[in-house]
Amino acid sequence: MLEVRDVHTYYGDSYVLQGVSLEVAQGQVVALLGRNGMGKTTLIRSLIGFTPPRRGRVVFKGTDITGWASNRAVDLGIGLVPQGRRVFPSLTVAENLAVAARRPGGPWDVARVMTLFPRLGERAGHRAGKLSGGEQQMLAVARALMTNPELLLMDEPTEGLAPILVREVGKVIADLKAHGLSILLVEQNLAMALGVADHVHVMSRGRIVHSCPPGALWNDTEVKTRYLGL
Amino acid sequence: MDFWISQVFNGISYGALLFLLAGGLTLIFGMMRIINLTHGSYFLLGGYVGLTVIWRTGSFPLAILVGAVAIAVLGVVQWRLFLHRLAGEELGQVLTTVGFALIFQDLALVIWGGEPYTIPAPAALTGAFNTGTLYFPVYRVFMIGVAAVVAVVLWFVLERTRVGAMMRATVDDAEMAGGVGIDVRRISMGVFALGALLAAGAGVVGGAFVGVYPGADFEILPYAFVVVIVGGMGSLRGALIGSLLVGLLDNFGKALFPEFSYFTLFAPMAAILAIRPTGLFGRA
Repeated sequence: MLEVRDVHTYYGDSYVLQGVSLEVAQGQVVALLGRNGMGKTTLIRSLIGFTPPRRGRVVFKGTDITGWASNRAVDLGIGLVPQGRRVFPSLTVAENLAVAARRPGGPWDVARVMTLFPRLGERAGHRAGKLSGGEQQMLAVARALMTNPELLLMDEPTEGLAPILVREVGKVIADLKAHGLSILLVEQNLAMALGVADHVHVMSRGRIVHSCPPGALWNDTEVKTRYLGL
Repeated sequence: MDFWISQVFNGISYGALLFLLAGGLTLIFGMMRIINLTHGSYFLLGGYVGLTVIWRTGSFPLAILVGAVAIAVLGVVQWRLFLHRLAGEELGQVLTTVGFALIFQDLALVIWGGEPYTIPAPAALTGAFNTGTLYFPVYRVFMIGVAAVVAVVLWFVLERTRVGAMMRATVDDAEMAGGVGIDVRRISMGVFALGALLAAGAGVVGGAFVGVYPGADFEILPYAFVVVIVGGMGSLRGALIGSLLVGLLDNFGKALFPEFSYFTLFAPMAAILAIRPTGLFGRA
């Protein structure tokens, strides 16, 4: 589904991604762990086209999408739940969903995302900027689903959420996976990530330094202390 | 009493013309944050193109249509080749657009000469409604009508359609708008074209009212910016209220204190901005 081959990305002069390669297979959840500032968000930004890589290849469904404008990547089937939610604050909840509707004929429409998140239905006419953090997070996920993605990029969907909502998000991810969606998940919450992932990569200083099945990481104190600060 | 009624009417009709111009600027400058000093040139060039169409065909509606569309195309070319590369670079935008304004001014002088013209209004729009002592020129009523229709259509498109929501999403967070599949380039180009179209249409409509002459571009430009800034950046309602306010202030200033007319226009502006720096309806 997604192949990232030796991607190098810069912010101006600062060399952030120093050769990252990974794969996400059809229907898999791949978790990307690591401390802040290690390049996880930059990798997501490189994949969606916000910060195109300077070298390397991003191949999605067999198409080389390196350096594509974001909207073209979305049209090809990549959905984004960005870090910090980034809902459109001056738009209502309903408008946030409507502007993201893409790839008609796909499984997701307004009615269906509102069944998944009933809270958004109750708030349909409210400005997104006035929602609580948890509601904004649900809206960010719902909005990404409206693009009918085959691959979902989720950048810290549990950031700043109360523990009960973290479990809620974990359930939603498991649910989406059950629907056959492929997911690349950046997370700080280790328990949640390991609960849903099929495979785990650990990033440090712009490189992937460790890759393993989720079960193996639980017991790997060395990797956990060294790269995750646990 | 008659004096006040007719001055209020005059102020509102001038405000209506300003709204046509400033409505476009509130899209380009207020929403997309492009400081476009060519906006007055669109007004003037629209007037000149309209004038030529009237000379050739005698059709006033065709003059509005061709003038507006031709200048919208010019605006798109200017945006496509220059302005979209200068996102967020105010200095570059100011220099580029003021350069274009000067180029367009000279081109207009070469093509249409230095004579002042007035676009002949169609017979149906000449004359006046007469109510005894009061006198309302039909053309001014027509301008108010056009501005009202444009205001309603713009409001509807921006607030009630999906494309309008996509424009507002782009203003909120352009990068993220791309991240949900919105073609931000196309939206920006469309907004810019619409702004130029409105300004040029205003130039044709206004050409039968204030005339078409060299210098009209730089004369009307500050008014448009004052309207947008006082009304509040990117607010359609602000542009509407701001236009009426500026139209009335300008009119009363000129009627009551002709030697202080700039003072009566700009002093209230300064006062409003001192109290509300984001303008009357601006977002913080």
